[in-house]
Amino acid sequence: MSGFIAGLCVAILPLLAAGFWLGRRTARPQNLGGLGTPVEHATFQTLHTASLAAPPLRAGLTEETARKSARRLRTLLGTDALCLTDQEQVLVWDGVGDHHRTEIMERLAGPLESGRGEAFRLTCDAPDCPVHWAVVAPLTVDDRVHGALVACAPRESAVLVRAAQEVARWVSVQLELADLDQSRTRLIEAEIKALRAQISPHFIFNSLAVIASFVRTDPERARELLLEFADFTRYSFRRHGDFTTLADELHAIDHYLALVRARFGDRLSVTLQIAPEVLPVALPFLCLQPLVENAVKHGLEGKTDKSHISITAQDAGAEALVVIEDDGAGMDPALLRRILAGEVSPSGGIGLSNVDDRLRQVYGDDYGLVIETAVGAGMKITARLPKYQPGVHSASRLTGG
Amino acid sequence: MNSNYAVPAVALVVVATVLVGAFGLRISRTTSDFYVASRTVGPRLNAAAISGEYLSAASFLGIAGLVLVQGPDMLWYPVGYTAGYLVLLLFVAAPLRRSGAYTLPDFAEARLASQAVRRLAGAFVVGVGWLYLLPQLQGAGLTLTVLTGAPEWLGGVIVAAVVVATVAAGGMRSITFVQAFQYWLKLTALLVPALFLVLAWQGDGAPRRAFEEPATFREQRIVRVDASLDLKLDAPLTVTVSGTVDGRPHDDQRLRLPAGTHRIEQGTRLTFAKGDRVPAADRGSNGGMSTSLAASREERPLYATYGLILATFLGTMGLPHVVVRFYTSPHGVAARRTTVAVLGLIGGFYLLPPVYGALGRLYAPELTITGDADAAVLLLPGRVIGGLGGDLLGALVAGGAFAAFLSTASGLTMAVAGVLTQDVLPTRGVRHFRLGTVLAMAVPLAASMLVGGLPVADAVGLAFAVSASSFCPLLVLGIWWRRLTPPGAAAGMLVGGGSAFVAVAATMAGFPGTGPLHALLAWPALWSVPLGFLTMVLVSLATAGRVPAGTAAILARFHLPEELREELREEVKA
Repeated sequence: MSGFIAGLCVAILPLLAAGFWLGRRTARPQNLGGLGTPVEHATFQTLHTASLAAPPLRAGLTEETARKSARRLRTLLGTDALCLTDQEQVLVWDGVGDHHRTEIMERLAGPLESGRGEAFRLTCDAPDCPVHWAVVAPLTVDDRVHGALVACAPRESAVLVRAAQEVARWVSVQLELADLDQSRTRLIEAEIKALRAQISPHFIFNSLAVIASFVRTDPERARELLLEFADFTRYSFRRHGDFTTLADELHAIDHYLALVRARFGDRLSVTLQIAPEVLPVALPFLCLQPLVENAVKHGLEGKTDKSHISITAQDAGAEALVVIEDDGAGMDPALLRRILAGEVSPSGGIGLSNVDDRLRQVYGDDYGLVIETAVGAGMKITARLPKYQPGVHSASRLTGG
Repeated sequence: MNSNYAVPAVALVVVATVLVGAFGLRISRTTSDFYVASRTVGPRLNAAAISGEYLSAASFLGIAGLVLVQGPDMLWYPVGYTAGYLVLLLFVAAPLRRSGAYTLPDFAEARLASQAVRRLAGAFVVGVGWLYLLPQLQGAGLTLTVLTGAPEWLGGVIVAAVVVATVAAGGMRSITFVQAFQYWLKLTALLVPALFLVLAWQGDGAPRRAFEEPATFREQRIVRVDASLDLKLDAPLTVTVSGTVDGRPHDDQRLRLPAGTHRIEQGTRLTFAKGDRVPAADRGSNGGMSTSLAASREERPLYATYGLILATFLGTMGLPHVVVRFYTSPHGVAARRTTVAVLGLIGGFYLLPPVYGALGRLYAPELTITGDADAAVLLLPGRVIGGLGGDLLGALVAGGAFAAFLSTASGLTMAVAGVLTQDVLPTRGVRHFRLGTVLAMAVPLAASMLVGGLPVADAVGLAFAVSASSFCPLLVLGIWWRRLTPPGAAAGMLVGGGSAFVAVAATMAGFPGTGPLHALLAWPALWSVPLGFLTMVLVSLATAGRVPAGTAAILARFHLPEELREELREEVKA
């Protein structure tokens, strides 16, 4: 009997889940009944319709976004037909009177040029055509006309002209926001590109100097180091793809450390602890090497004795956990906070803040660097890398195997 | 069975698992090791890990038990469990790896760019994971009961506690090494005793009547009936009874039972003489939970066999703990090589359980009556070889059995907990993963106490059926059909997987006891898999406008080898 009950419970679970889902889908805040006076009610309705029309437009003015928002906008204006155009063509026509498309585009040339709205009578052969007047309100972004909103009505109405202007202005604001989003994305892309070309010039000078010092005394070693240098720079100057794998990044770090070790000799020791499961994880290109470079710098800064760096990569369920730790000079947490906030520029090299920004950009704000440090207490940097993130694919083939 | 050796063996396996899990990382301190430490997992190691995680209680104990009770028909189980990887190799392995997805919900999101489908896939991962965990815990309970006489629930609780503790404490840091270790442990634990058993069988004159004729007792044997059952006798039989037979109490009396069906109550002790035929036990009519799926198999053997074949062939690709291991392969080609190696490793392993089944029919035939057929593997060494050697071999088998519970249970718990943390519980973080782990284990543990009695291999078969009806269409169509749409995928998973899930729940609840409907519900794969495919195709065609943008690019990424992609990119740049 208890088994029957258990089975029943198991059978009911999916039903409950489906019900919950349906409930979530259907529960829309349309039910505002009983909220305030009729005027307030109407205000709420208007605001709600406007808020529904906004999200598609945030992606810019295209045929698809126009189609998604046009119906809401027509509800907002309460006209028989509404049409959104860009500079060349009608993007969407919502409502009656579809046959006026070409006529509208011909008449729009003036308003699109001048950026001023107007109302005009439509010429129509069809005797039962319900729309006779069109009100044109241009959509502008940064004073440039991107398109127009056209509301069609049976008769001329000053109210409609005014309302269309207001709605057009509101749509323009959404398009401006979309523009802003786009430029922000472009800025970050540019930043990543800038960051990529930016291996520290000091590192290049120092490496070449070290290699030069070996050329006479130990030509074989010099040759090896030169090859390491070539491998590392080839990786850093790689042009394709924004992402790499943890295995490739670790190999680049290996080349980097070989060069650093040639310079500092026994003063620097490194422990590496890697769970092989996380090696195929895709991550933004060159985002761990700067952390290691930072650890090397802090570890040897102001010290004459030995320094130790440990690099661990652990498997933590759906994430990989990378920890880079040094026992060097550490840093004042307050100063570090200001560096990460971009208020103070760090002293040369690729900054921690840049890696932090890129991780947040790719994986979301939950995935920023976690840094534990104090003056004289070393520094421990933890990065969490999700094993899967939509849009993150490593562009490289894994080496080794 | 002597527990003096078995309990330390089990404890040793648990400790070894925890130690390998915690310290099995590659560590390097000098530069020259760097390359070794950051070397990716090779196909052979990864294949051993996949096999270790895959070979569960059903494989280790269940198959031998089924073969013992029902004969060679049950060899379809090991065949199906292995052949599932052939399907995986042909259709899924490399594209799945190239998709970059870590879990099945990740794959759904990568392919269909839909959060709703992702969540639905997550729900099915949790469902399949729980269904699969259930028999692991039951098997552990059974093993411990056979070894020490402990109550049935204790073994499940121990496994649950160990797994939750190690997984939640981050003790599975080097899971690949743990699982690979478990595979070789399990293989050894079955192979070594099997060699000795076969030698003993040879020394016994190699009796060959395992399957041709009904099993007989080879010596006088006392059988204790733990759950009430009906005995079907073809011929009259004389036994010594202490307990209740046909409603009448007896106390150590010799009783001649005429041919026909006799009801034996719980707790009855039957003593059979040497040479007696082993009567067939019918559990179908005792109205309880322990209705074996075998009943419907006897009625419709062909249907049941095809249902089983379809479920195991197509269900393997949807097992959440198997899919995540493929992520460890560095690229698509390595994923294929890994699968080939898995086929070899698993194929080798599955040669062994049938040996135990066949020998069990000779040497421990009373297990068909007591309903503890799953214990055949554990009991045989002590029964056939005996003495210290038998005890030691028995301890080895017991250790291997616990390795089976631990490896599969920890893999499943991690997979289920991952989905719970990522898609169900509100925010992310270490503490939430721990909460997810507890939740992932608590539900099947509670269910294993409520729902008892389903044979281990059958219960696993049900998990395969749900997986085959929900994830197989999603993966196969997702990888090979460009017109799949999010609504189509969601509908297909809901209809196919949902109907299989309801059928499983009804079967577990013991509804309806017999008849054609029971057969349909007990072996749902034969109708639910085509139903899932059909729904997915039809709904996708009906919502042709919803094909996600960028499908062509995604499919190209799934199917093009990594090097080729590199070259293409270079050409585009140039």
